[in-house]
Amino acid sequence: MSSMPQTRFEPENRGGAATVGKAVKIVGQIFSKEDLYVDGEVEGTVEATEHKLTIGPNGIVKASVKAREVVVLGSISGNVEATEKLEIRKEAKLVGDIKTARIIIEDGAYFKGSIDIVKPEPAKAPPKPAAPAAPSANAAPATAGAAEVKR
Amino acid sequence: MLLPGPLKGMFRSRSGQPGNGTPLHHNPVGAKAVMRNGAAHGESSTRPSRGLEEFFGQIRGQSGLTILDLGGATQKNVNFITDLGHRLYSEDFLKILHETFDADGADQSNPGRIEFFLKQTLDYPDSYFDGVLVWDILEYLAPALLTAVVERLQRIVRPRSYLLAFFHADDKQELVQCYSFKIDGVSVLEVGQQGMRRPAQLFNNRSVEKIFGKFDSVKFFLTRDRLREVIIKA
Repeated sequence: MSSMPQTRFEPENRGGAATVGKAVKIVGQIFSKEDLYVDGEVEGTVEATEHKLTIGPNGIVKASVKAREVVVLGSISGNVEATEKLEIRKEAKLVGDIKTARIIIEDGAYFKGSIDIVKPEPAKAPPKPAAPAAPSANAAPATAGAAEVKR
Repeated sequence: MLLPGPLKGMFRSRSGQPGNGTPLHHNPVGAKAVMRNGAAHGESSTRPSRGLEEFFGQIRGQSGLTILDLGGATQKNVNFITDLGHRLYSEDFLKILHETFDADGADQSNPGRIEFFLKQTLDYPDSYFDGVLVWDILEYLAPALLTAVVERLQRIVRPRSYLLAFFHADDKQELVQCYSFKIDGVSVLEVGQQGMRRPAQLFNNRSVEKIFGKFDSVKFFLTRDRLREVIIKA
């Protein structure tokens, strides 16, 4: 057995998310079709409308942000729209206006801006096939009227 | 002496009467507030709040209002206010106060710095808010800054809307407990102790009335602890 220390290169666990590393700066628009972890700098816009966006502790985002779920450990300057949930963790900083269905703010987080709670629209039920033998409530008086004419 | 609960509210309408705040006690070094972690730092307790009850009583049955909370964002306050269907604006007033003035020892009477501070904290259109949770922040403002802040507050709230402010009852202290306020219910507050801080000014009831001389009315609630609750109608 070797006594040499082994160097291990293991990617940090981001849950399979795409990552903007802490030494990376992006100026422009980011559209993501998978979960995204930003630990670097971003200026512009970030959209991951169907996915989770995490701003890591080193992340500095000066952008408007749209995602299904947003978790902030670093800093965001810009408006945030999180259709499901927004979490602002302890030590995080968010300056901007928020629209979300649910918000979690840990003690120690800094937030400046407005909060609009937007309840998600209830899922629409698929249209049922019309049953020919069951008249609708609106149609009932007409049916009754027709019956009276027959008499 | 402990008083048995909130005893009474004193309501005085002074519509149209201008006036300048004349603090009972002005701390000349108040511009440089001192934060000091006391032994009780971090402790919290719940207390009934007639002022809070009155504040929310005035907007009962309404939704879609715009409320400003100057105490910084807390989960409880966000939940409570947004659950009522209102839009909440959050400002961590004391943090910005510290960054603007205390950090480099700047004077709270410096006009340029006052303007910068107002831009940071209260830069909103006229008549924008339907209510403001002021909490205890006004005690940490020196006279010139206090006057500017109160004037700005009056501008950004709608006529006939309400402000809720707290003042220490003992107006002769060098250091006062700095609090965080979390709404536990329509008339219940969780009050957290954030350490001792040197107030810029302390006020008695008369001087509180003078501060808000341009507002429509000021209503005091006596409480059983060391905080006076005040409802101000714009």
